[in-house]
Amino acid sequence: MTPFRARFAPLVLISALALTGCSAPTATPSSPDDTFVLGISSEPDTLNPVLGYAPDGGSLLFDGLLGRDADLSLRPALADKLPETDGTTVTFTLRKDVTFHDGTPLTSEDVVHTYKAVLDEKNNSGIRGDFAAIESVEAPDPATVVFRLKYPYAAILQRATLGIVPVGRALDAEPVGTGPYTFVSRTPGDKLVLKANPSYWGGAPAIRQLVVAYAGDDNVRATRMAAGEFDATVLPPKAAARFENRQGLTVHKVQSADYRGVMFPFGQPVTGDLAIRKAVNLALDRQAMVDTILAGAGEPAFGPIAPGTTWHNPAVAGSATPDQAQATRLLDEAGWHVGDDGVRAKDGTRASFTLMYPAGDALRKDLALAVASDVKKIGVDVRLAGLDWDAIEPRMSKDALVMGYGAPFDPDYTNYELFHSAFAGQGFFNPGHYKAPEVDALLDEGREEPDPVVRKRTYDAFQQRISDDAAWAYLVYLKHVYVVRGEWSGIAPSVEPHAHDTGGLFRNLAEWKPAS
Amino acid sequence: MTRALARMVLWRLAFTVPLLFAVTLGMFALAKASPFDPVRQYLGDRAVVTSPEVMAQIRANWGLDRPVAEQYLTWLGNLVQGDLGDSRSMHRPVAEVIGERLGWTLLAVSCALVLMLVVSLAVGALAAWRHDSWLDRAITGSAYANEAAPVFWTALIVMWVFAVKLQWLPPGGLTDPAATTLEAGDVLHHMILPVAVLAFSQSSWLLLFVRESLITTLREDFVLGARARGLRERTVIVRHALRSALLPFVTLLGARIPELVTGAILVETVFSWPGVASASVQAALAADFPLLAALTLLATLAVVVGNLLADGAYVIADPRVRVLGVS
Repeated sequence: MTPFRARFAPLVLISALALTGCSAPTATPSSPDDTFVLGISSEPDTLNPVLGYAPDGGSLLFDGLLGRDADLSLRPALADKLPETDGTTVTFTLRKDVTFHDGTPLTSEDVVHTYKAVLDEKNNSGIRGDFAAIESVEAPDPATVVFRLKYPYAAILQRATLGIVPVGRALDAEPVGTGPYTFVSRTPGDKLVLKANPSYWGGAPAIRQLVVAYAGDDNVRATRMAAGEFDATVLPPKAAARFENRQGLTVHKVQSADYRGVMFPFGQPVTGDLAIRKAVNLALDRQAMVDTILAGAGEPAFGPIAPGTTWHNPAVAGSATPDQAQATRLLDEAGWHVGDDGVRAKDGTRASFTLMYPAGDALRKDLALAVASDVKKIGVDVRLAGLDWDAIEPRMSKDALVMGYGAPFDPDYTNYELFHSAFAGQGFFNPGHYKAPEVDALLDEGREEPDPVVRKRTYDAFQQRISDDAAWAYLVYLKHVYVVRGEWSGIAPSVEPHAHDTGGLFRNLAEWKPAS
Repeated sequence: MTRALARMVLWRLAFTVPLLFAVTLGMFALAKASPFDPVRQYLGDRAVVTSPEVMAQIRANWGLDRPVAEQYLTWLGNLVQGDLGDSRSMHRPVAEVIGERLGWTLLAVSCALVLMLVVSLAVGALAAWRHDSWLDRAITGSAYANEAAPVFWTALIVMWVFAVKLQWLPPGGLTDPAATTLEAGDVLHHMILPVAVLAFSQSSWLLLFVRESLITTLREDFVLGARARGLRERTVIVRHALRSALLPFVTLLGARIPELVTGAILVETVFSWPGVASASVQAALAADFPLLAALTLLATLAVVVGNLLADGAYVIADPRVRVLGVS
């Protein structure tokens, strides 16, 4: 102990010197009453919607043509009503009372500019692919915007939540939008300061000053929340447990469409075999994954469309607990027999495959371990490989991978790219080369069908079909966990997407009011 | 002497140009050998939902599909014209990113440098004066331990003690989370820990040097003479011994600049200090070559200039000294 204490002798001296050198207060910081401090895990790379900031809404700085209610139904925002859709033409009319934060009035030119900037190849926008259906955007008069599509695209209205930016501002300029909060300052790597927009068309927010502080480490966020520095934060379930039943704090566990599952490569002798995939699906103990790995903040998953959304097919379900008898029977019938080493084999092929996971992701690692130990009980050998994304990509057609996706807004989102044969082997789209002409037809139909009732039937059939094929082994849906200080009315949880830039619980912060 | 100084500066500058050139070449080769895909890093979480066609377009816009030699020459050409390019991870011009962060790094590093000088001089002199006492042993012992400890480790321990346990000082950042404006007192308060750790972690070398050099000087005849004349101990140490013991200190200081640069990288990262050094960590993680290249050049320049200043000061302080370019 002595050398350790000795180490600190000069340090105390230095600190004492430094302390006397300035007259700064040494009390713990406390936030002024009208400032709300949010602790967020990751800083957005950009605050420009054109470059990919919050394309699914939830930005406090910007409004889209449309917005979303808590039940995820679309509602007019900058548009004065839900638009008329006619096959490949969508016509929006704009509200007349909207101005940008810099005082200029909103016109249809701004909307055209925003969408054209996203589609401009020179701007390197990562979300350009999401708007591939758009042929042209026109402004026939200052209050009307007309979208012309290359093909009928049912999800186009969901894409109308993209934040609108004014004409003629550089991509890297300070953000100017029409949203409930205006930009004050930004310290990269530290925080973003916003203040309420008193002339917001939807009414001025009750929280007058908002600070979004970034802290990547979960424990740092929990500590700063406990110390009173943050008024609200997002935490992993285990780190949030200490805030349960604490005076003045509320823990919100919010349902999400954010799933984790095992993607199977179809071109391989083991994972390409339907019996193996079905048996793996049956042998998984999803309830144990939810209870232990997610500390209860989750649900078992059986398909890519989340329960709690309108598009979920309740007929596609399974048992949360494993059914080893059924799994063993399936494998025996398919000719996979247990060998001397306890691993099954068929015609000299061992029932063994590699399961990859991104090395830095603790959750996916735990899930991969659980999968390996569950399927070992039915004689299937899973070898794990924790790799970097750049090492994972070239191996995805050969080895299984723990992946995560999920957007609650429209069933076309990501599912089209993940299961359509046209995308087979294109980067992270359909990496397992899943090819089923029936699924292709269903996805094409769902993408173009305007009638919601017919569409629902189409996506029900799609969910049933990929479940029958056991294309993936879906594991769990996560619940996102938030801790909020104080009593507020207006908190409206909704099923959240995988991507966190939509704001999660804080998506409608402008509508929060102190409960009296 | 002025002419000697001017010749030395010219010589050094002549060497700096090929040095910087070699650094850019090495850097470019390393970036090309890196297994990380800059486009994937640029897209972040969205990379898995972005179509390969869009990724290919971005790659083409950045010129990453061109031959390596051509990419290097284009980049070098822009650099010579003063265009540092755009930071890919921060979506802004590199010059702007560096511009807004450089001030914070200079503030922290210069405060640390001053603190380091003052503390190592005072403590080193104290140790030499009380040579072989328990105080001297404690000081030398802790200095050796400190030299062996990694900077980030020291930083984390200090953060744990002063920010988490004692709660005297904030754990990181530039200002309080709830603060919406920059106030000098607030920044000063947040600066204490990073500056102290940076100064402390770099001080042991200097401290040990001052002690060693002073102990030798204290045995010299002129110190003995001063004591024999009945001068006060303080006068003997400060006015006579310390002064002549300090000459090599100047060179040593120049040689410490590279260490200070690497130290700043770790300290800024641990304490979330928004300076250029923490930006270089982010740039490296994001495979953001334009930003990383500019920051590496900046660090190289800092080392060259630091050494130049030290040697210049040396030439001025002791005209007998012959350094490169001075004959």
